[in-house]
Amino acid sequence: MVQIQSKIPVGPLAEKWSTFKSNQNLVNPANKRKLDVIVVGTGLAGGAAAASLAEMGFKVKSFCYQDSPRRAHSIAAQGGINAAKNYQNDGDSVYRLFFDTIKGGDYRSREANVYRLAEVSNQIIDQCVAQGVPFAREYGGALDNRSFGGALVSRTFYARGQTGQQLLLGAYQALSRQIKLGNVEMVPRMEMFNLVMVDGKARGIIGRDVITGKLERFSAHAVVLATGGYANVFFLSTMAMGANVSAAWQCHKKGALFGNPCFVQIHPTCIPVHGEAQSKLTLMSESLRNDGRIWVPKKKEDADKLQRGEINGTEIPEEDRDYYLERRYPAFGNLVPRDVASRAAKERCDAGFGVNATGLAVFLDFKDAIQRLGKDVIEAKYGNLFQMYEKITDDNPYEVPMMIYPAIHYAMGGIWVDYELQTTISGLFATGESNFSDHGANRLGASALMQGLADGYFVLPYTIQNYLAGEINTPRFNTDTKAFEEAEKEVADQLEKLMAVKGNQSVDTLHKRLGKIMWDYVGMARNKDGLELAIEEIRNLREEFWNSVRIPGELNDLNPELQKAARLADFLELGELMARDALIREESCGGHFREEYQTEEGEALRNDKDFTFVAAWEFKGPGKDHVLHKEPLIFENIEVKQRNYK
Amino acid sequence: MDLKLKIWRQKDTRSRGKFVDYKLQDISPDSSFLEMLDVLNEQLVARNEEPVVFDHDCREGICGACGLYINGRPHGPDSLITVCQLHMRKFKHGDTIVIEPWRARAFPVIKDLMVDRSAFDKLIQEGGYVSINTGSGPDANSIPIRKKYADLAMDAAACIGCGACVAACKNASAMLFVGAKVSHLTLLPQGKIEAMERVSGMVAKMDELGFGNCTNTGACEAECPKGITLSNIARLNREYYRAAL
Repeated sequence: MVQIQSKIPVGPLAEKWSTFKSNQNLVNPANKRKLDVIVVGTGLAGGAAAASLAEMGFKVKSFCYQDSPRRAHSIAAQGGINAAKNYQNDGDSVYRLFFDTIKGGDYRSREANVYRLAEVSNQIIDQCVAQGVPFAREYGGALDNRSFGGALVSRTFYARGQTGQQLLLGAYQALSRQIKLGNVEMVPRMEMFNLVMVDGKARGIIGRDVITGKLERFSAHAVVLATGGYANVFFLSTMAMGANVSAAWQCHKKGALFGNPCFVQIHPTCIPVHGEAQSKLTLMSESLRNDGRIWVPKKKEDADKLQRGEINGTEIPEEDRDYYLERRYPAFGNLVPRDVASRAAKERCDAGFGVNATGLAVFLDFKDAIQRLGKDVIEAKYGNLFQMYEKITDDNPYEVPMMIYPAIHYAMGGIWVDYELQTTISGLFATGESNFSDHGANRLGASALMQGLADGYFVLPYTIQNYLAGEINTPRFNTDTKAFEEAEKEVADQLEKLMAVKGNQSVDTLHKRLGKIMWDYVGMARNKDGLELAIEEIRNLREEFWNSVRIPGELNDLNPELQKAARLADFLELGELMARDALIREESCGGHFREEYQTEEGEALRNDKDFTFVAAWEFKGPGKDHVLHKEPLIFENIEVKQRNYK
Repeated sequence: MDLKLKIWRQKDTRSRGKFVDYKLQDISPDSSFLEMLDVLNEQLVARNEEPVVFDHDCREGICGACGLYINGRPHGPDSLITVCQLHMRKFKHGDTIVIEPWRARAFPVIKDLMVDRSAFDKLIQEGGYVSINTGSGPDANSIPIRKKYADLAMDAAACIGCGACVAACKNASAMLFVGAKVSHLTLLPQGKIEAMERVSGMVAKMDELGFGNCTNTGACEAECPKGITLSNIARLNREYYRAAL
């Protein structure tokens, strides 16, 4: 039986992290170069961790499935990164950022982790500026900030609409420097397929060379997952096409518990779906809600005309527009958190007020902002986003309002980790979006970049030493051992089994069907009957997959269909666990909305008495049900209340 | 819309490639170009043929993974976008579309439309960074930067490393890519300290990796999906002379 220990340091909240650092074990420089660390993934968490560990003197092996570490999907984050610098003199503080993040997460995250996140946020900005990240500046030369949802202060640092890109390039460049210095062995186009364990400890990975299809073995004293989120279980999401859960899922099957799998984020401002061939969804940054106003028509007949394409949004007079976020949430208005904004859009569209042919879109309108600030100012702030929108939709958002609709965007759930970011497998760590830790049931905007870099630059490189200090007497070992052989054989068997199906359905056909089940029953609104149905349908689909998937090409060759099939096989298992997790959580919180549990005004209704815990799921073997472990969440510094953005 | 496609198929780096013709029917003008290729690949899978291989990932124009030579132009007929942002409404019913990989000595073809761009990573490893260790930076606002230069640095840093500039250039030169990184870092006080080592190292590596010299034709600027301008090459040259003197 797995035991979960959160290992939160004792003492006052504000001193926990410094207490931990002062008392943890460290590794001396001579020993650091004898220790190898595998880091899987090169996004903000993985790139930053690999670079920082190498700077410290550890030998790092870094992996990504893309052709270059610079392409990890952190690059697509647009809006910004939060920090408690209080450069705007508007009353921000570490405590306030901590408070907003806990509240934004609907009181389902750990106080100690979130406080640490807020604490190191300021160091991240210092680090990135020192690397040459070209953040936006004021005329006086100081850093500029903007506002994001769920906060009453301006604390978001940004580099135009490409903040993720610039932060990732900063980490990538730091990583490149360490590659050149010989401290990092960089292995691109290598996909992790299995975790190797020796005597109960994580000791290596099995990778598949994307180009040759060859399986390869890599050993290390510790393994760090930085493999991102699993939102592609929905098929349509804002994730990169290759984003997957497979590395994390293999670790889960080896004993790492999976935390809060049902907590996924629906982002309110994405470009609506155009048709059957749609392969992914494109986000329009939350920063647009600083100046854009969200509305639908007040009158049903206007909505009908919009849906038939007889009129466009500009033809509806001001008095007939329903700025429903400003109406329902006067204090936060268009800047309510993402889960609240998404559900409000769904509510209006379900009521028949959608504004495009499918009825699944609302307006995001810049008319007032352009009148107030001028087109030039809007262009300087959002030019690249407006251009992106126009290229995709053929509409000019300077002249007609944008159309947006919620889409799956981020996974708050992930591999369960303790305060030291260690999983329930000794020597296996999980960082960034791949872990479950800091965002509770809903992530605030501009907090993903903050968490990825916090874990990568400032948390993991410390906490992992607490483990590695016990490994200094373990010499480097080769991979010609039984453990590696067996782990490799597991992968080879699985891949051969996939190739042998030789069915008649493509991977994408099956994946789209999984996505539809997930969106319909495990999406923005969930209920008991739907979730039970989803579990049954996913099981059936999984069986169908193993009987009917068709993968052309060769096993030992560059074979994208095989790559996709292997990922889908894991999504088909994860999907069921997500539905089960959503089923047992009989409350609504953050992104998890159970229709049975809502207030009279339709807001999420938490049940703190019974559900103030992290659901950590243990894999018990193929065909067996997962076992639930509960980590109670204890709030000593914050009063747990119903979220109120009115 | 109905389309004819002529697509470069090549088994691996050593094999000879050739154009293969395909026909597609009923493609939605609202589909993206890569979604059109997805439709083709679904049909190939249905016929138990190997799908066309191409690099792609974010499909929102920022990761830099995709890059196809379409009707003789990197990223196709539209301007300031990558292939994944190109939409089929830019084509007409009945069009023939020719699709090739990037062609440059430094970017060997791996399979079909996929090329090896690791040379770009090697260029960045020669100094495309600021040598600062985690945790050693001063308070962020203690380095004030004139807005004009911060904006120019951002313009240059917007490069996504897709390789369209190399593909567009008759000499397969990487001057725009290197110029963008040198400019981004040299325009900022943080990057000035290592400016000379950086430019010397990156230029020497560029030659070593088989990239050609600048043609001065401006094809790179014309095809860059992120609007990186030729002034970055001018700045690269200035910085190079300054380092050499």
